[in-house]
Amino acid sequence: KHSADHFSKLQSLSISSINGQMKLFVSEGNPHCLKVLAALEVTGVQCDVQYVNHEERVVPFLSRPALPALLLPSGLHLFSSNAICRYLFEIVGQDSSERCNQWLEWEATDLQPALLQALHMAVLHGKGSEVSKVLQGPLNYLEQSLSKGNTPYLTGEAVSVADVVLWAALYPVLSDSSLACERTSVKAWFDRGAVLHSCESAAQKVLQGKGLQGMKSYMQRQPAPQSSQSRDTQPCNSNPAEVSRAVSEEEMEAAALTWSKGLNSCPLAADRQHPILPHEGKRNLLVTSALPYVNNVPHLGNIIGCVLSADVFSRYGRLRGWNLLFVCGTDEYGTATENKAREEGLTPQQICDKYHAIHSSIYKWFQIDFDFFGRTTTEKQTEIAQDIFWRIHKHGFLIEDTVEQLRCEKCQRFLADRFVEGICPHCSYPEARGDQCDKCGRLINAVELREPQCKVCRQTPVVRSSKHLFLDLPKLEPQLEQWLEKSTSTGDWTANAKQITRSWLRDGLKPRCITRDLRWGTPVPHPDFKEKVFYVWFDAPIGYLSITANYTDKWEKWWKNPHQVELYNFMAKDNVPFHSVVFPCSLLGAQDNYTLVSHLIATEYLNYEDTKFSKSRGVGVFGDMAKDTGIPSDVWRFYLLYVRPEGQDSAFSWADMALKNNSELLNNLGNFINRAGMFVTKFFEGCVPAMELQQEDKKLLALVGWELQQYIQLMDKVKIRDALRHILNISRHGNQYIQVNEPWKKIKGGDTERQRAGTVTGVSVNIACLLSVMLLPYMPTVSQTIRDQLNAPQSCVNTMLQGTGTFVCSLSAGHRIGTVSPLFQKLEVDQIEALKKRFGGQQTTAQRASSTQPAAVPAAAAEVATSNGVDPEKAKQLTQAVTEQGEKVRALKAQKAEKAVITAEVAKLLDLKKQLALAEGKSSEPAPQKGKRK
Amino acid sequence: MALRELSSLEKYLGLKKPNKYSTQGDKKIPVLQNNNGPPLVGMVTIACHLVKEAKRPNLLGDCAESRAVVQQWLEYRVSKLDGCTKEDIKTILKDLNLYLQDKVYMAGNQFTLADTFMYYGIHPLIVDLAIQDKEQYVNVTRWFDHIQHYPGIRHHLPPVVVPRNRLYTSKHH
Repeated sequence: KHSADHFSKLQSLSISSINGQMKLFVSEGNPHCLKVLAALEVTGVQCDVQYVNHEERVVPFLSRPALPALLLPSGLHLFSSNAICRYLFEIVGQDSSERCNQWLEWEATDLQPALLQALHMAVLHGKGSEVSKVLQGPLNYLEQSLSKGNTPYLTGEAVSVADVVLWAALYPVLSDSSLACERTSVKAWFDRGAVLHSCESAAQKVLQGKGLQGMKSYMQRQPAPQSSQSRDTQPCNSNPAEVSRAVSEEEMEAAALTWSKGLNSCPLAADRQHPILPHEGKRNLLVTSALPYVNNVPHLGNIIGCVLSADVFSRYGRLRGWNLLFVCGTDEYGTATENKAREEGLTPQQICDKYHAIHSSIYKWFQIDFDFFGRTTTEKQTEIAQDIFWRIHKHGFLIEDTVEQLRCEKCQRFLADRFVEGICPHCSYPEARGDQCDKCGRLINAVELREPQCKVCRQTPVVRSSKHLFLDLPKLEPQLEQWLEKSTSTGDWTANAKQITRSWLRDGLKPRCITRDLRWGTPVPHPDFKEKVFYVWFDAPIGYLSITANYTDKWEKWWKNPHQVELYNFMAKDNVPFHSVVFPCSLLGAQDNYTLVSHLIATEYLNYEDTKFSKSRGVGVFGDMAKDTGIPSDVWRFYLLYVRPEGQDSAFSWADMALKNNSELLNNLGNFINRAGMFVTKFFEGCVPAMELQQEDKKLLALVGWELQQYIQLMDKVKIRDALRHILNISRHGNQYIQVNEPWKKIKGGDTERQRAGTVTGVSVNIACLLSVMLLPYMPTVSQTIRDQLNAPQSCVNTMLQGTGTFVCSLSAGHRIGTVSPLFQKLEVDQIEALKKRFGGQQTTAQRASSTQPAAVPAAAAEVATSNGVDPEKAKQLTQAVTEQGEKVRALKAQKAEKAVITAEVAKLLDLKKQLALAEGKSSEPAPQKGKRK
Repeated sequence: MALRELSSLEKYLGLKKPNKYSTQGDKKIPVLQNNNGPPLVGMVTIACHLVKEAKRPNLLGDCAESRAVVQQWLEYRVSKLDGCTKEDIKTILKDLNLYLQDKVYMAGNQFTLADTFMYYGIHPLIVDLAIQDKEQYVNVTRWFDHIQHYPGIRHHLPPVVVPRNRLYTSKHH
């Protein structure tokens, strides 16, 4: 039926175009539609106008909806509102003049970006006051032009398309505020009758008399505009050489001075000594990652959202010399665990033990460097949770009430929210869970679900009432708001964290139930509520405290010390309300001087290829599969951090991962570091040559120093993904520097040229050393490998990231480096395709077969891995053989041996590599070789 | 960048004496001093002016419809393509690939200014594409290769190699 509709629609479109008719598609609340409707009124062109939904994709070749759109008689589509207006004017005989062109171009490139930002602020953030600031530049320009031109309209005495376009563009803000008042010429132009009436009638159609608010639903669907301040990231399609920053003499001299300081003045940081406790006079950071729920294997989205992001920041913080404690652990209580235990025929505790170990090993493989990785099912948890409970109780923040709850008579138990499924009462999504709807994101009370079903046995549960305790959030709200005001303004809260928190407060807080009729949980100590346990949302965040208490008896020095300690919480955005509203309320209500969150770092979602990761549906790559791919942990970390959903959703894609590995790691970063090291080895017998800096070298030092500064500024603000770009920029600068200076040619020249080759090599290898330090938080193993290869002094690690960044010469002339070898391996297309199929494809079928058992999938994947002829022991031997053979070939080439001899040895090498690939479980098909770089 | 494009356009149009341009603002918007009135500002505005000066109006389209299409892509170039973020690139290439599926040139069957400026604007994106990606956006690369070999267009930009035989057979999206 669907396709038939589609067909008849297509047919009607083509008929209308055969008849030479046009059709204009517009949507309500879309400011761009104002322009075309006004132009239609002004020109009097007859045209069929159809109102469609914002999301309607009218223009067949555009993947994002673009409205307004004009279907031309020829069947072509115009999707630019200015082009449509211009066309409407042209067909009534008013060609656009050069002046007109200029205004239209200005409107599209200068006015629109500012206008979008202004509307975004005013409509979505309620910051109407920002509008005048954002629009100041364009409006002043318009004012100047109008007063200079001294004509009633933009291009002369008569109305032109430029007037209509600008009028309609500015109508929403000018009619809604006093912006025009201060600018007399703009005001006179805007109030001039001719166009104003057409605009008003168009505005009535588009905004429905609701003013700026009429655009709300449209604006919500638009990507947030980049503010002018955040535009410091380079547009990617500009040639890096062309936009390279102009470097001043002073910057160059300053960079050269820093460079010359060397390492000696820097104290060696002591190794970490446990237990780490806050120190007076130091920056004391307590870093937590959202506690992963124990009964599932975490997927890549969980890993990047919480533990990996927190790990990168913690590693960075330690390099910065901050006194930092990073804790995490598994969240183990709740019905889900009880159920899993029933399924697997184990006790809940046994299930927790089993999965806690799985989590631990996954994080170990991903090199997550926790100071302590604990769990919530401990004595300390009971002790602390009950203490907090009694304090809240004592201060009168608990209310008693009777609750209607769903009970499955067949399963003989009350159903936890996520064990009920039904139709969402808000959006009618058929698979809404009892706690939250995956589609519209609203929180749901399980009894509100339409047609509820027990997720285990699919029976319809019955409603039973039971007495429960509620945390009185409305009573705590004033305290909460006071604290939030301070924390969000002084701390680094991500934009989504602030926004989600605000929307919670705006909707008003309601009392929240903290008790449950379950067994597997922290017992409620109150005698009237025996046989009940704490609700996980109340209990789980207390895990941060109890895990710290299991790490050190002096845990209160971290958790009851808000003046000395800054608390960083890392999580995905779905967890924000519990960390910004609910848990702080528990702690505020307990009134025991608790340390509350100072910096709330929330990621958006990471999607898997083109779909969603889903714990409950088992879609996506899981943590324990990553190591079965044969791709090193560091490369996984790099790619996940490269696509970290920072500020917007992003997606994991196998093809993209291969591309980034090959283009960024292999061709850019690895290539640079390897070349720098190889030059030292080949041309200077492994000793760093003497360096005599010239202007060009100083310029490079300044450029690198600037990237380092950016990196530090971003990392300090936990912009982990953005900071990574600056590491890659440095190696790009480095590659370019080597390419321009050609040390491999100069080394064969006279003394001056040889000296030049020495300087370029020396500077490059020092940049490689700096890169190893900057990479440490992201790729710890590669970072260490680089320093091992360069034989770099350990003190360089503590030196370079101090203050605003100090790029010093840490490998001085005469320093002997170690053995240099390639850092990264190419990911071949067929290898990646095989992985995509092996994990992605099978995943979907496995998931359909057993939707409640995502854990079964990794096991299946592991079986495939072993049955494929994979043999780690053999792989190890072969790796050694490949290395030796490779060296032999290189030696022969260096000796300029006979071609036939070399060819024979190369053939042997290729054969060995093939065998190795088989043993490692990779596909052995050779892929087309790319041109080799010098 | 914009200035080099304008000077390449001048060469293509065979204008005798090159114009002198200045720029304005952080974004280095080109400005052309004009003897008969106030200066012209903006790349598209100036480019259209040059075409008229060279008496080649067909480069802006030969009927109202194609003129609208040409203007639309010129606007797209300066407002969407310029300054696009890494995330946008895929979408842009995907959309153009679909758009060019049944077209020889941006405005259909006739070479126009839209081809010139879309080519200049997309060049840096194409340079960065791996061969595999080029094959994914086969219509874009076909059009691109066509335009870069169009007499007198390429001037200031290095040629990009577009392989004609497919290396990767499997589909990626």
